[in-house]
Amino acid sequence: MSDVCIIGIGIHKFGRTDGVSGRQQGAYAVRQALKDCSLEWEDMQFAFGGSAAAGNADSLVNELGLTGIQFVNVSNGCATGGSALLSAYTAIKSGQYDVGVAVGFDKHPRGAFNADPKASGLETWYGETGLMLTTQFFGMKIQKYMHDHGLSPETLGLVAQKAFRNGSLNPNAWRRDPVELDTIMHSDMLSHPLTKYMFCSPAEGGVALILASEKVARRYTNRPVFLRAVTMKTRHYGSFEVFSPYLALQRAPAPTVFASKAAYEMAGLGPEDMDVIQIQDTESGAEIMHMAENGFCKDGEQEKLLREGATEINGRMPMNTDGGCLANGEPIGASGLRQVYEVVAQLRGECGDRQVPGNPKTGYTHVYGAPGLSACTILQN
Amino acid sequence: MAKQQVPVQEGLFTWPSDSPRLIGRREKKTGRVYFPAIHHYVADEDSEEVLLNTRGKLWTWTIQGFLPKNPPYKGPETVETFKPYGVGYIELPGEVIVESRLTVADPGKLKIGMEMELTIIPFREDENGNEVITYAFKPVEG
Repeated sequence: MSDVCIIGIGIHKFGRTDGVSGRQQGAYAVRQALKDCSLEWEDMQFAFGGSAAAGNADSLVNELGLTGIQFVNVSNGCATGGSALLSAYTAIKSGQYDVGVAVGFDKHPRGAFNADPKASGLETWYGETGLMLTTQFFGMKIQKYMHDHGLSPETLGLVAQKAFRNGSLNPNAWRRDPVELDTIMHSDMLSHPLTKYMFCSPAEGGVALILASEKVARRYTNRPVFLRAVTMKTRHYGSFEVFSPYLALQRAPAPTVFASKAAYEMAGLGPEDMDVIQIQDTESGAEIMHMAENGFCKDGEQEKLLREGATEINGRMPMNTDGGCLANGEPIGASGLRQVYEVVAQLRGECGDRQVPGNPKTGYTHVYGAPGLSACTILQN
Repeated sequence: MAKQQVPVQEGLFTWPSDSPRLIGRREKKTGRVYFPAIHHYVADEDSEEVLLNTRGKLWTWTIQGFLPKNPPYKGPETVETFKPYGVGYIELPGEVIVESRLTVADPGKLKIGMEMELTIIPFREDENGNEVITYAFKPVEG
């Protein structure tokens, strides 16, 4: 079986682009990715793509060309991009195809997501009485975690401060200005203990990746990045997930733990091998919990690591080097692929001001989200 | 004449009642308890309805600091009149952990592990002038 490589990457700037639809941002990203590896849309044998709120991905063919391509829509909550990538990986790994594209894009209205109880299989009372907000879930989850593992609220501020600092070095990011720790800590308390600057906002953006079998990849690039692992897992009974009117008495490990473990096994590598890391930071608390869930530290060690600068671009485990969701915003369909875009760019040494020093060789990505799922990748050049 | 009180959702808690209880469902095979019962469409021979404990411990909490979007929220507040409200999970011993509004919204008065008890609170007025009520948990006094 051939190894699977990423040979082309394309991105449409994240944030707000008035007058440009989510789909147009997706098509823009595909064109950029094709240009990156000097291929044409006509060369693509398959596509997997998705968006949560910006229409069916397969309608991209109207923008890109009616070539008869096999185009499958993916709809998998916050793992939409990760699932598109997993599907593309499998299509090549199986030997069925040699080259194709994974694409994700989105365009959400301003403000917190409008949750629909019925779409989540809940009755209307849950939303009606003010319990159906993702922000509440994030606040309660990190409240419990900080209580159980003795972390200070300032730990949350340090995560956000790093995100905006890294975002200021990334021309594709939405938030380009560093924010003082004091400002972060004293901004509006949206859902205790999380303040305004500790949350990412729903946003817009698009990312596309061109994948190829190793054999074909060598024809088009001398710098392929190998996809050593792609995994996706859903929650177990006892997991603490969003929009839950009740929880089981006993706890189960989070879906991330299972996706992460499977990724390390698939690649034959461990967390200590990762030179650059992108993990889901929907809000500051998420990055803190995900550091442990992905095996980068033990529960409770995060505050020390953040204060030491271990997760800075020049630290020993550079994390969310592009500013993460906090600085890029959250276009659900595109977020997971943005992380992969960043790691590929880092491994190629193309990240300019935010480049991780020392020629990173191996990278890691992780998404987590509604309704309790996670997808991870391990990349290597 | 007193306003008629109407539960926000039939089957969420026993009503009318002098000592209302949340209504859960226990799966006979596993002993797992779910809430609310109405949410779980399980054959009668496989599960039974249970009235849940009215007291438990605060498992985690937050304070909703901004007016939620409508839909789905139907609270009576406007941006001007909105006051933050508490939300938490309460661990009912031996049964299940339930999510609930809290009667307290002061971070200084909420502590993980504190004793809480069920109460019924007015929520809004409906189009027929009825008082819509829902459940909440409040700190146990003393």
